[in-house]
Amino acid sequence: MLAWTIYLSFAGALAQALLPKGRAALSRWLALAVAVAGLAVAVTGFVSGMGQGRVTFVDLPWVPSMGIHFLLAADGISRVLVLLTGLAAVAGVLFSWNIELRTNEFFAFFLALIGGVYGVFLSFDLFLLFVFYEIAIVPKYFLIAIWGSTRREYAAMKLAIYSFAGSAMVLIGLLAAYSTAGSHSTTLDALAHAGLPVSFQMGCFPLVFLGFAILAGMWPFHTWAPTGHVAAPTAASMLLAGVVMKLGAYGCLRVGIALFPHGLDPWGLSLLGLGSWRDVFALLAVIGIVYGALVALAQTDFKFVIGYSSVSHMGFVLLGLMTLNQIGVTGAVLQMFSHGIIAGLLFAIVGRIVYDRTHTRQLAELETMHLSKRLPFAAGAFAVAGMASMGLPGFSGFVAELQVLIGAWKVNPWWVAASGIGIIVGVAYTWRALQKAFFADALPTPDEHPKTGWPKFEPISWPEVTGVALLTGVSLAVGLYPKILLDTIEPAVKALLAGGVQ
Amino acid sequence: MNEFPILTLLTVLPLVGAAVALMAGKHARNVALVSALASLALALLVWTEWSRFPGIGGYGFVEQHAWVSSLGIEYHLGVDGLSALMLVLSAIVTLMSVDAANRVHHNPGLYFGLVLVLEAGLFGSFTALNFFHWFLFWELSLIPAFFLIKLWGGARRGPAATQFFVYTMAGSVALLIAFLAVFVATNSMDFWHLTLLASTGELEQLVASHLGPHAMLWLAIAVLAGFAVKVPMFPFHTWLPAAYAEAPSPVTMLLTGAMSKMGVYGLLRIALPLFGAQITQIRTPLLVLAVSTVVMGAWAAAAQKDLKRIFAYSSVNHLGYCLLAIFTLAVPAAGAASQASQAFALNGVILQMFNHGITAAALFWFVAMMQQRTGGHRGIDQFGGLRKPAPVLAGLMGIALFSSLGLPGLNGFVGEFLIFRGVFPLVWVAATVSVLGLLVTAVVILTVIQKVFWGPLANHCENFPDLQHNERLALAPVIALMLLVGLVPSLIVDSINPTVLNLLAHWRF
Repeated sequence: MLAWTIYLSFAGALAQALLPKGRAALSRWLALAVAVAGLAVAVTGFVSGMGQGRVTFVDLPWVPSMGIHFLLAADGISRVLVLLTGLAAVAGVLFSWNIELRTNEFFAFFLALIGGVYGVFLSFDLFLLFVFYEIAIVPKYFLIAIWGSTRREYAAMKLAIYSFAGSAMVLIGLLAAYSTAGSHSTTLDALAHAGLPVSFQMGCFPLVFLGFAILAGMWPFHTWAPTGHVAAPTAASMLLAGVVMKLGAYGCLRVGIALFPHGLDPWGLSLLGLGSWRDVFALLAVIGIVYGALVALAQTDFKFVIGYSSVSHMGFVLLGLMTLNQIGVTGAVLQMFSHGIIAGLLFAIVGRIVYDRTHTRQLAELETMHLSKRLPFAAGAFAVAGMASMGLPGFSGFVAELQVLIGAWKVNPWWVAASGIGIIVGVAYTWRALQKAFFADALPTPDEHPKTGWPKFEPISWPEVTGVALLTGVSLAVGLYPKILLDTIEPAVKALLAGGVQ
Repeated sequence: MNEFPILTLLTVLPLVGAAVALMAGKHARNVALVSALASLALALLVWTEWSRFPGIGGYGFVEQHAWVSSLGIEYHLGVDGLSALMLVLSAIVTLMSVDAANRVHHNPGLYFGLVLVLEAGLFGSFTALNFFHWFLFWELSLIPAFFLIKLWGGARRGPAATQFFVYTMAGSVALLIAFLAVFVATNSMDFWHLTLLASTGELEQLVASHLGPHAMLWLAIAVLAGFAVKVPMFPFHTWLPAAYAEAPSPVTMLLTGAMSKMGVYGLLRIALPLFGAQITQIRTPLLVLAVSTVVMGAWAAAAQKDLKRIFAYSSVNHLGYCLLAIFTLAVPAAGAASQASQAFALNGVILQMFNHGITAAALFWFVAMMQQRTGGHRGIDQFGGLRKPAPVLAGLMGIALFSSLGLPGLNGFVGEFLIFRGVFPLVWVAATVSVLGLLVTAVVILTVIQKVFWGPLANHCENFPDLQHNERLALAPVIALMLLVGLVPSLIVDSINPTVLNLLAHWRF
């Protein structure tokens, strides 16, 4: 059932590519139809999968001589992330409604990217997963290089190089695992049960984990993320932060941790207080949380604030993974979903609703524009999204980060203390951006009427309202009733952790 | 009726009202009035009936459902005499605030929507019995308060709103981290469950075994800091004068009348039950801070010229008495006489919360009226001789001022009397020094009365109109309530005394 998300997206991409030029409206509606259909499939698969474990959809031999299978399946983690992808796709199309340049090509790349992402989340064969992972990189490059803004060629190339370097590391690790296992299958199950030697796991784990973690924005390999996010057109930033970074985190969990559980065992010696790869990556995650937040606080470009905030929030995902306990890893998966929604919303507001009207993202210039009066919808939407991003209770981020922190506390309270600083700085930078961009003190008093002198902005359009409502609603729903996702995530995490980790 | 989710209804009602107000545009104030009246009716019903539907832990109208089981989060609501009285207070103050806000020209839909969301935040946090639920509404009330100051405040509203938000947010983070630690140690976020654990000393053992021997004390300090900001307690009070002065007066009514009670309520519902033993350990510095709050608040009020700032500092002083009594409870008491003193003190705290809420809200309402009549003046030196052109306003405001002063026969006296009656036998030094606060407050209030109502008529006060018919009608019940509680305090004391005894029975110092 869920496999149709992949087929639909690629078919949509193909149709877009074949569409005659100059049919922008048709192209948009077609993209929206494909995205909504994908979301519908994702929701159906999510609902019908409730209470079920792993379900296999397709299992065909692909390259029999190498044991490669076209194996598509889904467990709870996949179902939640597929649902996220569906939501991000619909929102992305809605916030790309004003793309006039080569519209059909834009949506072709967009849908191809979405198809690749769906594919990664549903592949249970390592080779297949890798193929989809690579497929997702290429459209990303073109989306930024053609439709991007600030230093787009540089950003697109940087992102591509980082991504390929990461995948090269992953590929080496995978080939090594395949040959060491001596099995004749590349399915995840076969490799996980191959009984890889502990010393091999210790050496291979960091390579694979790091390869994926680059795409998850792990400090100090995060630098592609802010520049890429800023240069990308709005929909691509939404997808980059919303789902592509999750590909990295998902790979860390599904491949890194599940295949090499002993890679996280203690080394037996302590270097600078670090006794295992787990300590090392947890430390990098915590540094990412605090560093990302501090750098976000110092930005002058509105979009860079959001770009660095993504680095900080993804730090929680990586920290949650490194707890290796039920509650922490569950929190990490929930945080992937939550950040996907919230980051998408933030980028949509900054890139589409604000930038496309003001044509500047400099906070110093936005300060003089009285945006809370002229774009009250944007101000309100950013206030809500900002609260969600700060991790106020009632929004999805709170439950997710809370679980990560509880999980981390059980392992090492110092991780929590340090992350606490990140949370406080997180309130500060969101706050600063909100104040400067929308509620600057240059405001006249409410009873003056200076509106007459202001040039009119293009009015807020229906796709924008719909997109904001969709993403805000989802974040609130998950925040107030996290059970809808947790019931699906928890058993899957339990099964995954039982597969070898502690 | 026991099955009927009346507390959920109470919390949802203002949210529905807010949604309607948001769309009602010019009619938003009428929508808000209807909504606030309905909430008041419902809150009164809860107050009179809660003890007839008892549930777990002696709470009434209990609602308990699974929410997020992996995090120990339940949808757990219930009220006792303390929370029921706070619900009534919140409902009254919200109604007063909506009533007072009759000149909102700029986006009234949003204004009254936010006021009602704030009311929902108050209701939610006064009925919550699970940390998550409570924290949700604690934060929810912060957001509308911020925007009400930020968008409708006075000239320096920007810094005031930011300072208010940053202080409260820092307090919230401290609370959150403390409860995270408690959850890691106990796997529970339920107030009642944790209260029981604490009353047997098990909580302390669990926390110590998970987090080290001194962790419990640090958690207590974090929780106290969170509430100390909200009340506020010296030296965490510095956000308050700016926020109270810059907020539009009807919003100040809400801030001081209802929101400041969230802090005191948190101390009674969370800090004392869970961290009693730790508070006992550090009671001396806490008592010093409480006495400083009382004395400093009064002295600072004496130094102000702006009526709003005078009443703001005076609020600090009045809530200082609550802090004084609360920390006195942590002084180990043996014997029936000491326990009776504790009961007096706690009854006094709850009564003082209610009385200060009504009186302070009324005072800021009067300031709002004076501002409207003089084009925004609120300096104490800008008025004079008002009793001639506006005898009714002078009379009614005089009653409110004397209530604030603590004149016997009015509501303010009863609470403060009970507090001093309880504190004196237990910590006579603190009580004696705090009497200084009473004296200075009396001087401050009398100075206000003298300068504003007596003396020669100030220049721009010649055409100062007296209270209109509808204003008298709106104020009459409030003034009547001050007299009623002052003359028949048993009306409220009888409703809270069983709760006071129940609370004291479960605290372990």
